[in-house]
Amino acid sequence: MNRAESAGLGDWTLDVLGPPGQVRPVVCAPAAVLSRAGDEVDPTAEQTVRLAADLVATMRVSPGCVGLAAPQIGVGARVFAVDVTGHPKTGTGHGAFVLCNAVVVEASRWKAGREGCMSVPDLTGDVKRAGHLVVEGALPGTGAMVRLVTDAFEARALQHEIDHCSGLLFLDRVAGAHAVYQRKVYL
Amino acid sequence: MSELAITVIGRDRPGIVADVAEALARLGANLTDSTMTRLRGQFAMTLICAGPAVAEAEAALAPLAADGRLLATVRAVVPDAEQAPNGTPYVLAVHGADRMGIVAAMTRVLAEAGGNVTDLSTRLAGALYVVLAEVELPPGGVEQVTTRLAATAAELGVEVTLRPADPDLL
Repeated sequence: MNRAESAGLGDWTLDVLGPPGQVRPVVCAPAAVLSRAGDEVDPTAEQTVRLAADLVATMRVSPGCVGLAAPQIGVGARVFAVDVTGHPKTGTGHGAFVLCNAVVVEASRWKAGREGCMSVPDLTGDVKRAGHLVVEGALPGTGAMVRLVTDAFEARALQHEIDHCSGLLFLDRVAGAHAVYQRKVYL
Repeated sequence: MSELAITVIGRDRPGIVADVAEALARLGANLTDSTMTRLRGQFAMTLICAGPAVAEAEAALAPLAADGRLLATVRAVVPDAEQAPNGTPYVLAVHGADRMGIVAAMTRVLAEAGGNVTDLSTRLAGALYVVLAEVELPPGGVEQVTTRLAATAAELGVEVTLRPADPDLL
């Protein structure tokens, strides 16, 4: 992977993706696409840009959704959208963005927290995640490599989405035999 | 002092725990370890208590079971000395489409490797079946267990992960 050109998103905004994407149906477990590692993508390909726009559009119409990965709309690709803006647990936030081929390069300050997932709508679980995170990936459209340094809720969201791109659900990381709960509140 | 292993199960309603705990408290029974949880509308209590004799506990619980809504069992058990862990703790997670025999097949792999399941829960949520188990595995051989679990999961069409349980010691 090339070295990141800059920290943060630079001048990238959702406008790079062009017209609004399509809202796509969300795939729920058990589904093979959720348990397969996604393929790397060409971040500048038109197909990738459309996928990014669809992820944003689908995330936007889903109540309480702070992130959505390509496998969740049935596409086995390493692309995800995140937007934790306004969430009470957010510390550092980079707004709404999409990353391609993202990898975790540094993770520390591990902390347990409860997570849900649109693809596992009836359950939540306690998962330990890094509270300080450095992620590198490519922005769709421009293909610029970025290095994002983040923490708290955005760090958790990024780890959850990168897991999706690797074919993992939060269920694969729950802390113990009693760390999964029937969901009581739906947003 | 004698120890009793007691189970109580029945359709969930408010007050089951209070009713059972009160009946035992009146006997001077001391609840030690217990799990009490709701399983698809049935409330299940499994507990160890110290103090009363089997017949006393049975008599105390009989009125609660009299209308057939609760089933209670009591048996005497020999108190164990605190056991040292019999291996290294791992967390097993299995999820996939519900089908017959997932728990049987996966736990058989663990048992054949000398693994001891210390805690296990399952959830059926729509079509999704989830098994979470804590298991102590004897030293060495974890790689082989992981390989065999993966092979069994593939046969069943489910996903499996086996990770070290890492307790946070503060």
